[in-house]
Amino acid sequence: MAATRACGAAANTSENIMSLKKALSVASPLTLRIVAECPVTKARACDLILPHSAVSTPVFMPVGTQGTLKGITVDQLDALGCQICLGNTYHLGHETGPDLIEKANGLHGFMNWKRNLLTDSGGFQMVSLVELSEVTEEGVKFKSPYDGKEILLTPEKSISIQNSLGSDIMMQLDDVVSSTVTGPRVEEAMHRSVRWLDRCISANKNPEKQNLFAIIQGGLNTELRKACLDEMTQRDVPGFAIGGLSGGEEKDDFWRMVTLSTDHLPREKPRYLMGVGYAVDLVVCVALGCDMFDCVFPTRTARFGSALVPWGSLQIKNKQYAKDFEPIDPDCQCPTCKRHSRAYLHALFKSDSAAMHHITIHNIAYQLNLMRSVRQSIVEGCFPEFIRTFMKRMFPSRDQYPGWAVDALASVNITLE
Amino acid sequence: MAGCRMKLELSRVALGKGRLGVLKGLGKTGQLSLEVPGCLLHTHLGTVPHLTQDTLNTLSTLPSVTQITLSNIAEHQEVLEEFKDGFRKFAGLHDTVLYCALHDPATPCPTGHTTNKTVSVWGSGGRIELTVAKFMALQKAVKPDWYQSMADGETWQINTSHKRVRKSVDRSLAHLDECLLVHQKSQELEGVEVFGVVEGGDILEERVRSAKETAKRPVSGFCLDGLQTGSMDQALRTQLISAVTKELPEDKPRLLQGVGRPDEVLASVEAGVDLFEGFFPFEVTERGCALIFNFNISSNPELAVLEPGEDQETAGDSQHSGDLNPGDQTQMTSFEINLKDKRYQGDFRPLVEGCGCYCCTNHQRAYLHHLLVTNELLAGVLLMIHNTAHYHAFFSALRDALAEDRLDLLKRRVLGQTERKD
Repeated sequence: MAATRACGAAANTSENIMSLKKALSVASPLTLRIVAECPVTKARACDLILPHSAVSTPVFMPVGTQGTLKGITVDQLDALGCQICLGNTYHLGHETGPDLIEKANGLHGFMNWKRNLLTDSGGFQMVSLVELSEVTEEGVKFKSPYDGKEILLTPEKSISIQNSLGSDIMMQLDDVVSSTVTGPRVEEAMHRSVRWLDRCISANKNPEKQNLFAIIQGGLNTELRKACLDEMTQRDVPGFAIGGLSGGEEKDDFWRMVTLSTDHLPREKPRYLMGVGYAVDLVVCVALGCDMFDCVFPTRTARFGSALVPWGSLQIKNKQYAKDFEPIDPDCQCPTCKRHSRAYLHALFKSDSAAMHHITIHNIAYQLNLMRSVRQSIVEGCFPEFIRTFMKRMFPSRDQYPGWAVDALASVNITLE
Repeated sequence: MAGCRMKLELSRVALGKGRLGVLKGLGKTGQLSLEVPGCLLHTHLGTVPHLTQDTLNTLSTLPSVTQITLSNIAEHQEVLEEFKDGFRKFAGLHDTVLYCALHDPATPCPTGHTTNKTVSVWGSGGRIELTVAKFMALQKAVKPDWYQSMADGETWQINTSHKRVRKSVDRSLAHLDECLLVHQKSQELEGVEVFGVVEGGDILEERVRSAKETAKRPVSGFCLDGLQTGSMDQALRTQLISAVTKELPEDKPRLLQGVGRPDEVLASVEAGVDLFEGFFPFEVTERGCALIFNFNISSNPELAVLEPGEDQETAGDSQHSGDLNPGDQTQMTSFEINLKDKRYQGDFRPLVEGCGCYCCTNHQRAYLHHLLVTNELLAGVLLMIHNTAHYHAFFSALRDALAEDRLDLLKRRVLGQTERKD
């Protein structure tokens, strides 16, 4: 049984990682070692060996878009146990060109982050930040938010920038369409994404140091997703992302696309579900077979005073916390909870931006801790119990469990009483 | 009797050349001390702006005295009274001396709201009026180690009438007497020190009167108010401070409020000031600038930095010295560089070579430039760390210069940079 296989695997892990790393580092900048697989769901716990360090999965990757994690220093991020985060400097890449980044020793050198970095293509940010963008076969055309200049982002240009940034994982430029769009545009975008994937693969100057991930598209259409999966899995890329979701679509459609995708993605390559970050979504999608996640939500919501806890969230700026002298979460070991009370943080929000940093630190700690617990339970063969306990803590009663989550978990043999 | 464990031990006193010493007997246990001349650690509600404990702890030497202000705290009176254990515990501060001031030196307040019996502070929700009773209730809830008495310092505008200045002196003395009365009756404030506040605007005789009278009261030290940056030029400030300190006992510390620029600090130290509110690093940070002025007068050639003139990146090049507009404290001074300037886009040097702070050890000017241009929060964090480190190192150099009788050399080094014009 898989459960027996899982036991004892952890003990040999670090030795095996090192020997594997040595053997394979020349051949591939990414190695995935499956440490445990849940016998009930599709969840896995893996060691993802990347150029800068090993990453334990399932993993949540905090987002530091502009080469910084919103008021948190790289030392603080490292101290929280973060092994990989998202970074980018599309501003730098477009505005100043590759020379400056190269002079800075890549994005790692520029932000002084010694662990792993994943950069996105710059495409999604453009589409989401800028209203007018035009997509042609050539690339994505849009106006720079800084000086209004017209920029054309092609697959080649995107990879060139990411090559200069030197990230450990790069994302292909994809033709991203909102998940609420239907009709022929979705199919067009899917096919184009496949063609752009090939162009990205050709354009990658550093395949031995940087990993290029494909992004599965196809919207909420089963046929299109399957077609995209069939096509893209024929390409020899080190990992796959599931894209085009988490953009406002119905959760009932969302989870079906996720599980369809993991059903058709290779077992021995990592699965990265883009834009997913709510605790419930993370737990469910791990059960559906995803390994990596990113989302701006935890860090963004922190700046509004929203602290994430196992039973939901606390809006620290609300009056009810003015005289609450408990820490955000009495069980949390993060620097914020060890030192400060809800009342102090509530008051500090009126006086200084450091209040945001305290909550940001806590929220990152919460997310990383959640994933650590998820992984541990998979390794110990008790992920199903973990899910049940998690849901009980998060929702006051059974009838408040989100329907889509119940269905999704049922699809992987988890019944919630 | 107000607490009087605080003791100023002077090692050097030279008229017109400043005092050097240690302020001892600080804190609950009386074990802490602060070297003078020195500056306090400026905070918003007990937090150094932008910094959490981890980032604050990257600074190796911090003053032992933390300054908090009623302008941040007054609106939380009810919370503190319910909390009961004092502000230090509320804010998660551990081993630090807590000094409670009235106004935040970095935030100018609107004028025209002071009366014979009240002063006002501005919190996040608007104006809060303080009578002595409310002021003292706040002190009891805050439980600082030392606080300044309530005072009327609204004399810094141009054309404040003689009558108004006189009123500020009279009111401040009346407030002081009332505060001391309440203080002596309050068991909660046993062991807590009180500073009297010397007022008098820009009128010499009022300054002298205020000093003489305040010195008669049983206070542990003196705040000098109404002399803040922008209210008058340094020549007048020096004259007034010198006249005031003549009337004050030698063995009690003098804290100058609202002054933080390095040139003004040096002149004020010479005039007899011991302590400053350490808010200048914050002001510099808020305008996206970094302190780079040189204060190194070491005779070790390896430690000597480039002479001004050799360094192409001279402070203040892109903007004239702040002296042109003394009323505007947000103007960049010649002691700093503006990292938003395009010239730093490709500058991969640290802010200050050899600084040793977390920012200079880990990051470069180009990165700071990028953070400022993209409006990232980390810019404030890193700049605050550097500016605080640099400023406190300046005070350390100042004390060394006084100890070695090399204040003139330090002045030339620090001020020499303001004369360069391009």
